[in-house]
Amino acid sequence: MKGLLDQQFENGGVIITRVDDLLNWSRLSSLFPMTFGLACCAIEFMSTGTTVYDMDRFGMAPRATPRQSDLMIVSGTVTFKMADRIRQLYEQMAEPRYVISMGSCSNCGGPYWQHGYHVVKGVDRIVPVDVYVPGCPPRPEALIGGILKLHEKIRNESRVKPTALENLIEKNG
Amino acid sequence: MKKMDSTRLVELIRPVAGNVEEVKNTKPLMLVINAGELVPVCELLFKNPEAYFDMLTCITGVDNGPEANTMEVIYHLYSIPFHQSLMLKVTLPRENPEAESVTTIWKSANWLEREVFDMFGIVFKNHPDLRRILMPADWKGYPLRKDYKHEETYRGIKID
Repeated sequence: MKGLLDQQFENGGVIITRVDDLLNWSRLSSLFPMTFGLACCAIEFMSTGTTVYDMDRFGMAPRATPRQSDLMIVSGTVTFKMADRIRQLYEQMAEPRYVISMGSCSNCGGPYWQHGYHVVKGVDRIVPVDVYVPGCPPRPEALIGGILKLHEKIRNESRVKPTALENLIEKNG
Repeated sequence: MKKMDSTRLVELIRPVAGNVEEVKNTKPLMLVINAGELVPVCELLFKNPEAYFDMLTCITGVDNGPEANTMEVIYHLYSIPFHQSLMLKVTLPRENPEAESVTTIWKSANWLEREVFDMFGIVFKNHPDLRRILMPADWKGYPLRKDYKHEETYRGIKID
């Protein structure tokens, strides 16, 4: 018996799609997160990679260098001492790059909100964040939820600049 | 081997310390001594075969605030052969607080004193390498002081 894909594409072997959709699909199906953890959230991040939660089913394999990764999961408390390092790691990543802020600490400072003299009150003060995952720490399911949210975001991206679209309307209309 | 009671300990320290005061109802036993006599007292407690406090487990800094205008450093000692703990407390003025370093006696004092320096700004004289250990090297102020006010920004990042 033939598989689902064979049945669907056996005649002709041609798929018609938009370039945007193809690029977005390939991007979101192989997000490589950076091997990078800051605090207890990193433990949940590691659990997400285990067989039980199987991060690999989304095509995600942690990479050991920012040069090869396109997703940074900020998992844990961001201290002022660490802030410069995080910014540097983010800048070393090749574009397109995405950031998931995981857990209360990196979202807004978490339990250190009032008296944490050493904590940056949200990693979005250092790097732009795409998806915030709440929780202290978030369970692996929650992180996967965040990853799916990021998939959604990437799926709706477009290579066409808004200005180019305006020009097109101007030329034709 | 027998544990020493507080009176024997005070008796033992008395020759090197001018003023020994026992704080009541603490566990483990706490003795308050003069800051100037810290090193001779520690040396004695380390070397004397009856005391043999061979481990410095922790150093605590305390800021009593601008009203009391004092700071305290507490040394938590432990004797492994005698299974006995002891706290030594010295009181320092709040302006330019300075204490002698005990790194020559216990190696573990190195990082512990650096931490107290980092958080309270208490300077340990004759410390081999007194720099900040937890906060960034260019951090301004000592965070655990009662009157600590943080800066507006640190390297362009807002602090609040």
